Amino acid sequence: MSNHAAMLQINDHEGLIEARLMMDAIVDEANIQSMDRELKGLIDGREKPMVVINFGNVRHLSSSALGTLISFNSAVQDRDGQLRLAEINETILEVFKITKLDRIFVIEETAQDARASLR
Amino acid sequence: MHGPACAEAGEPMSDLPGSGTGFRDNWRIASARDEIESVLQQVMVLLGGHDWDETSIFAVRLALEEGLSNAMRHGNSGDPHRLIQLELSGDHDGLLAVIEDEGPGYDPDSVPDPTADENLTVASGRGLALIRAFMTEVTVVEPGNRLEIRYARPAT
Repeated sequence: MSNHAAMLQINDHEGLIEARLMMDAIVDEANIQSMDRELKGLIDGREKPMVVINFGNVRHLSSSALGTLISFNSAVQDRDGQLRLAEINETILEVFKITKLDRIFVIEETAQDARASLR
Repeated sequence: MHGPACAEAGEPMSDLPGSGTGFRDNWRIASARDEIESVLQQVMVLLGGHDWDETSIFAVRLALEEGLSNAMRHGNSGDPHRLIQLELSGDHDGLLAVIEDEGPGYDPDSVPDPTADENLTVASGRGLALIRAFMTEVTVVEPGNRLEIRYARPAT
């Protein structure tokens, strides 16, 4: 099943949800709130959700967007689920490293690696 | 207004590396997200026009984004009638950005370290840390409503 939303393109296959971020810059507060709603909608009513967020399109990311990802990670863990981040470019990866968020997120190089790690 | 750099003795431009055609510009920005985005776009075009590479533009965009967002949200309490002043000067090799809001200021030492273990899962409070990490020199000027950011592009 696949559908297209404002911030995320979703592929939900055999219980594994891959959410591809569609914006190249996740800095606008309205967009970040939309992303927050859409991400949380993905795991609504699900037990042990397995989610991959694909950053392949993302070139810019604000600290506010990081906050939303942290909240989403907590929501996934509250449901005994697992979250993987993938396809993060070098400069964005640096943001995760500087903030030490690479210690709370599981980051895989490719979406394929991320999917494989959840199967 | 873009023109040749005309730094006078003691002005910020004087300690920037390199020489050649520079830029100097300033904006008075309403505390509104779309206003900030519009200015950021102008800055990106400006830097691109001075042959800045993508990595350096990313670093400056991130720092200005965080600095202007903090000024809007915290300094000006989101009041669209309160303004943010952005002054930008620089050249091919670096820049100095000054962001000033109309708020009472704050003590940057009062912001908890977002990289401490106990704060890693806290959703906010990373803006200033990111600015400091990506920029060369960052000063919060007392009473804390003025942020001075200096960035020297890495030698290639």
